[in-house]
Amino acid sequence: MRMTLLKALGTSALISLGATTAMATECIAPADAGGGWDFTCRQIGKLLYDLKLVPNPVQVTNMAGAGGGLAYANVVNERNTDADLIVAASSATTTRLAQNAYGGATADQVRWVGTIGGDPGVIVVAKDSPFQTLSDLVEAIKADPSKVTFAGGSAAGGFDHLKPLMIMKVAGFTDARSVKYIGLNGGAEAITQTIGGFTQAMTGDISEITGFIRSGDVRALAILTPERVAGFEDIPTAKEQGYDVVVVNWRGLYVPKGISDDAFNAWATKLQAVADSAEWKAVMEANGLAPFTLVGADFQGWIDGVVADTTVLSREIGVIQ
Amino acid sequence: MEILSNLALGFSVALNPFTLFLAVVGCFLGTIIGALPGLGPSNGVAILIPLAFTMGLDATSALVLLTSVYYGAMYGGRISSILLNIPGDEPALMTTLDGYPMARQGRAGDALVISGVASFVGAMLATIGLVIFAPMLARIAYKFGPAEYFALYLLAFATLGGVGSKNQAKAVIATCIGLGIAMIGLDNSTGMPRFTYGNLHMMDGIDFLVAIVGLFAITEVFFFIETHGKGSAIGVKLEKVTIPIKDLIFTSGAMLRGSGIGFIAGILPGAGASLGSFLAYMAEKSVAGKSGRFGQGDPRGIAAPEAGNNAAAGGALIPMLTLGVPGSGTTAVLLALLMTLNITPGPTLFKDNPEVVWGLIASLLIANVVLLIMNIPMVKIFVKVLMVPAWVLLPGVTMISFVGIYSLTGSYFDLVLMVAFGVMGYFLRKLDIPTVPVILGILLGNKMEDNLRNAMVVSNGDWTYLFSSGIAIGLWTAAILGFVAPIFLRRFLKRPPQPLDAEAD
Repeated sequence: MRMTLLKALGTSALISLGATTAMATECIAPADAGGGWDFTCRQIGKLLYDLKLVPNPVQVTNMAGAGGGLAYANVVNERNTDADLIVAASSATTTRLAQNAYGGATADQVRWVGTIGGDPGVIVVAKDSPFQTLSDLVEAIKADPSKVTFAGGSAAGGFDHLKPLMIMKVAGFTDARSVKYIGLNGGAEAITQTIGGFTQAMTGDISEITGFIRSGDVRALAILTPERVAGFEDIPTAKEQGYDVVVVNWRGLYVPKGISDDAFNAWATKLQAVADSAEWKAVMEANGLAPFTLVGADFQGWIDGVVADTTVLSREIGVIQ
Repeated sequence: MEILSNLALGFSVALNPFTLFLAVVGCFLGTIIGALPGLGPSNGVAILIPLAFTMGLDATSALVLLTSVYYGAMYGGRISSILLNIPGDEPALMTTLDGYPMARQGRAGDALVISGVASFVGAMLATIGLVIFAPMLARIAYKFGPAEYFALYLLAFATLGGVGSKNQAKAVIATCIGLGIAMIGLDNSTGMPRFTYGNLHMMDGIDFLVAIVGLFAITEVFFFIETHGKGSAIGVKLEKVTIPIKDLIFTSGAMLRGSGIGFIAGILPGAGASLGSFLAYMAEKSVAGKSGRFGQGDPRGIAAPEAGNNAAAGGALIPMLTLGVPGSGTTAVLLALLMTLNITPGPTLFKDNPEVVWGLIASLLIANVVLLIMNIPMVKIFVKVLMVPAWVLLPGVTMISFVGIYSLTGSYFDLVLMVAFGVMGYFLRKLDIPTVPVILGILLGNKMEDNLRNAMVVSNGDWTYLFSSGIAIGLWTAAILGFVAPIFLRRFLKRPPQPLDAEAD
């Protein structure tokens, strides 16, 4: 009896879901409410409507599971021609696709619309660390990789792990497996371990450690953006220190593969309009995001490169065979 | 006076009408849940988590609601202990020893008032202790690396197994089940999926909320079906409630000692309220010596354990908030809630989310006052609730569980999983294997494993690193003692006779 009732509830929920998608744009956040993808859907969705780019308020659906894999599979298999659907994505999406963590799905099964902001990657050390510059750290690892451990907020092979590996690769150090990394539950834990002296450096996103940088407990050795970031002008980029590495945890969207080119271009134009709006700039400032806009074909090309690089690097450290 | 300005911040959060309303509702529900036999604080909080999500509460509000329920349940547990000789929840077990005899002597009202005041004293002192000691403990957290955390988690499992159950071997089995379940999903240290069998639903691992609701709430329903909901009649009449001032003065020492012991027991991960009330009772008995009539209705025999278990409830919040390590089953559930809300309890919580922490502390103080008022003049209302037939109550619990979990995860798979956990819980309880270690295993297993493996990465595979600091060695010693000592102690401290229904708790 109870099961029947439950089924009825579920069915009616599905029917109402189907009914709403026919009328309004739907944005799938592939995680629970409160996280980064949810933020992307809600903020972009709100601005799309506020700027009159879509006729109706955007419906946000939270479809958590498998680090975005459930939503990805759903879009690819069941919503492949839905032109009213946008899906929140970030670096985590492409990293997992590159590492085959979405059950065989690949990055070319959807179309990548664009990114309109990002959380810059950063390498920090405790304030009493002997490493003053990124070169100090890199040279120390080159001399003896067993002496330096990185702490980061993602699992091994995840986005935070890849940042130091990319720097070491540019520096000509090829033995990626010997670079030590421990994956902790979020940037806060990683920074605590580094301040405590258990790990020698921390790799993360700048929004995770803003408080610690301001309080002076840690020293940022490098920020992984093309140019210095407003608000953090005294943090040098890796690039200006001779390591041409740009790693930004971008926030953006993908759409189903099967929609027409016109529909895809329409989404790209709309997203560009959101990126150019003063409202979005205010949202970025309030949430510690740096400008990082790539839309349409440019973004598609950039994604292809990122996925290919990640695949190579993941294979080197043994996350994929 | 940093503490005062922080408290002011806390009260500015807690004193808004909606939060206050949630605190009152939480206290009321908590007391009822605590008073109902079989439903304890961990069930109560577990049942209400989905509700908090359904209502779309923000982190602070959800936390206020659930900790009010938590504190409320700690108060409520004594009511059925005294009136029915059935502990409303596990920590209230000790209160039956002298509470029920007092009630049979026609002093049920006195017993309820004394235990209510004792609860207030214990909880109040513990909350003040939380204010003073939590920021200090938060700073200590920088001394905790992978080796220390591994030892700390080990301590949690060891003491939980040693103290929280009657049989070490069964506690070990339960812990291993939990640890095994925790291994499902993506492995943090290699980035590889384990035991997922290619199923995308399993990639994130088993959601501990699904396990908690299944093991507690759904199992409860199975037991209800099995026993055909056998009666809930009150055997003792409750006369007019007056304030026995003489007894309150007489038991004030017991309350203070009980609070101190309970608070410390609460801080120790995995020990929690049951240990707090047990130790408080035992200590009071030995302090009283021959002058006591313990077991025959000595007021000190209810004052000490009630102060102890409520103080432990406050103490248990400290490691949960500052280290992310729960001190009891209920705080384990609260930890799960916080993590779901994207708040990582730990050393930086006080820095990152001061409004959450101090709002919580302020609302605990408020909840305490509310609970004192509810539990002394209004105690008769809760006595009435004990007479609600279980066939009304439990289907409601089931409905909340299903709707709540579905609204939380939106996945049919998780509903099936929840029922599976319910079935598992039923058999575990039939086998008298405690379920709390299973939950702790699921909740902390990954962290323990990750810390062990991180320690090996940091030390380049040198296992002596695990014992490389004073803190680590201290924790290892405590863990080993905590597991082994009860085996020997039990011979000396013969456990009090357990009421029949306590088994089902």
